[in-house]
Amino acid sequence: MATSIETQRVGTELPVEVENDKKTKPDSVRKLPSKMVTKARIIRMLSLAGLTWGIPLVRLVSGENPRRQFQELGILVAVPMGAILLFLMGWSVLAKKVDTSLGQLPGPVKVWEQAVSMVEEHGVERGKERAFYQRQNERNARLLAENPETEVRIRGYTGKPTYLDQIATSLKTVFMGFLIASLAAIPIGLLCGMNRFMMNALNPLIQILKPVSPLAWLPIVTLIVSAVYVTNDGMFAKSFIISAITVSLCSLWPSLINTALGVASVDKDFLNVARVLRLPWYTRVFKIIIPASLPLIFAGLRISLGVGWMVLIAAEMLAQNPGLGKFVWDEFQNGSSHSLARIMLAVLTIGIIGFGLDRIMVIFQKMVSFQPEPAGA
Amino acid sequence: MSYLQLKKVSKGFGEGSLRTEVLKNINLSVDEGEFLAVVGFSGSGKTTLINLMAGLIQPDEGEILFKGKPVKGPGPERGVIFQNYSLLPWLTVHGNVALAVDQVFPHWSRKAREDHIARHIEMVHLTPALYKRPAELSGGMRQRVAVARTLAMNPDMLLMDEPLGALDALTRGTLQSEIENIWSRDRKTAVLITNDVDESILLADRILPLNPGPGATLGPDFEVKLERPRDRTALNRNEVFQKIRNQVLHYLVDAGSRKSVREEIEKMTLPEIQPVEW
Repeated sequence: MATSIETQRVGTELPVEVENDKKTKPDSVRKLPSKMVTKARIIRMLSLAGLTWGIPLVRLVSGENPRRQFQELGILVAVPMGAILLFLMGWSVLAKKVDTSLGQLPGPVKVWEQAVSMVEEHGVERGKERAFYQRQNERNARLLAENPETEVRIRGYTGKPTYLDQIATSLKTVFMGFLIASLAAIPIGLLCGMNRFMMNALNPLIQILKPVSPLAWLPIVTLIVSAVYVTNDGMFAKSFIISAITVSLCSLWPSLINTALGVASVDKDFLNVARVLRLPWYTRVFKIIIPASLPLIFAGLRISLGVGWMVLIAAEMLAQNPGLGKFVWDEFQNGSSHSLARIMLAVLTIGIIGFGLDRIMVIFQKMVSFQPEPAGA
Repeated sequence: MSYLQLKKVSKGFGEGSLRTEVLKNINLSVDEGEFLAVVGFSGSGKTTLINLMAGLIQPDEGEILFKGKPVKGPGPERGVIFQNYSLLPWLTVHGNVALAVDQVFPHWSRKAREDHIARHIEMVHLTPALYKRPAELSGGMRQRVAVARTLAMNPDMLLMDEPLGALDALTRGTLQSEIENIWSRDRKTAVLITNDVDESILLADRILPLNPGPGATLGPDFEVKLERPRDRTALNRNEVFQKIRNQVLHYLVDAGSRKSVREEIEKMTLPEIQPVEW
């Protein structure tokens, strides 16, 4: 049955000329040539992912109204590309006019060079790591061969983290923080939305804690984590936990408020259905209230992840969590001739990753949305 | 003994000077197996009346008895077909019906429930759209899902709140015949709220006009003694049909004009004007 659902779902997303005959189509399952279904499916996936510029390309390949597709491509691809190009040109011209204590402000070319060298450095660093473990294994094997009683020691590699490692650390930290925030925010939001007593009890606290900056939370979190999490060989580094908790403290509010709003504004008709059916509490919550508020919950989660990613950089700078924030801080303190270019690279990396995270959340948001998608979305 | 009875029921909304009495002193009784239609202008309190019968709201005064016992709240024994379908948009046609069936018949075997669901979806001719979501269905198809969902609960009584109000005239006609057809099979006690006099004559055994609100009251009974099954096209030339139609329409139009005279008088009172707060 699953395939027929797919076909049907796709049917609503068909190109314009097919959509027009939808009104006259019978209620029965409509059969479409498989090529058209594939095309519609690709277009649907692209629009779900927000990659709207891919849609005219797909249509062009299938030979659909080439002139219009080229026009669309012009708007969706050429215009943004032109704007980016203009920005890069302006940047490189203006950068040459600014002299700092670290030398001339780097232009896009210098930043690109740094990006390449960072990736190369990563390769070299990994090579060293492999070599280190190989040496260690060989030495241990030799020692064991000489005397099987020897207690061989296996040491971890202690080389410095590369730029890519730091990106990975940042992502891990933000996901950890986001996870903690979501696990707290969604249940509390549900309670607030369903119960006026809870809403009135928690609302003032939420309103007061919501605008607090991550920099204000950090010292408190640091002291509490240091006091509570005393083991030194725990699963996570202290700096990791401090950063993650700071992220969650700042990013849980949009999720919490949106969840409460979503639950409180569940369509009264849906609740009347639940009342007529006399659904028990559990079924009402999980079959009616949560599905009905999912679109708003996910809108909140999307904002939360964005806030979390923004806050993370500040938190990492101060908590010395080996991620992008620490990288920026270290380069700033370092003050070599490459530092400014590297910091700019970090800024771009942060921006691009933030954009990517947002797109991923948009996809989730669209997946749980039961409203028909607006045309052209 | 009547199946559903409303005794001196009044209902209003709001407080103090903003209070409007919607229904006033409503006495009504529905017999077992009877199809009653309540006809009235929009805004006359029809939905309030059906919500009271369903138990979704409680009367301010008077009492509502179902099979001799007071109605305390809604329940699946009084199935409601809502005006705006009230389908759950994240569930498929099957899912919407299954939600009701699983809740009302939890002790049935899985197979029995699935058969029951399939039979009711088939009854409204939606089997080809079994796994579509409401957003992919036309208005008429959505209302058919709502009908299937309500009938699948095996209610003792059907309450229909302008079920076809949002549909175009052609779809309306088709669905009226379908409802007539389905109802004739087991002749469940039914109350239909509508603003369409023809629809009420086509479907009901008895018609009760609802005088325009605020403070709406019920008009006199009009019995519909027409043979079933009733054929829409043949009815148009039927003398009994024409007579009832004229009687009900005249009554409603008269009631409407009485109301507008009363409104004229009420308009003479000064409005409550408050200064703008700065």
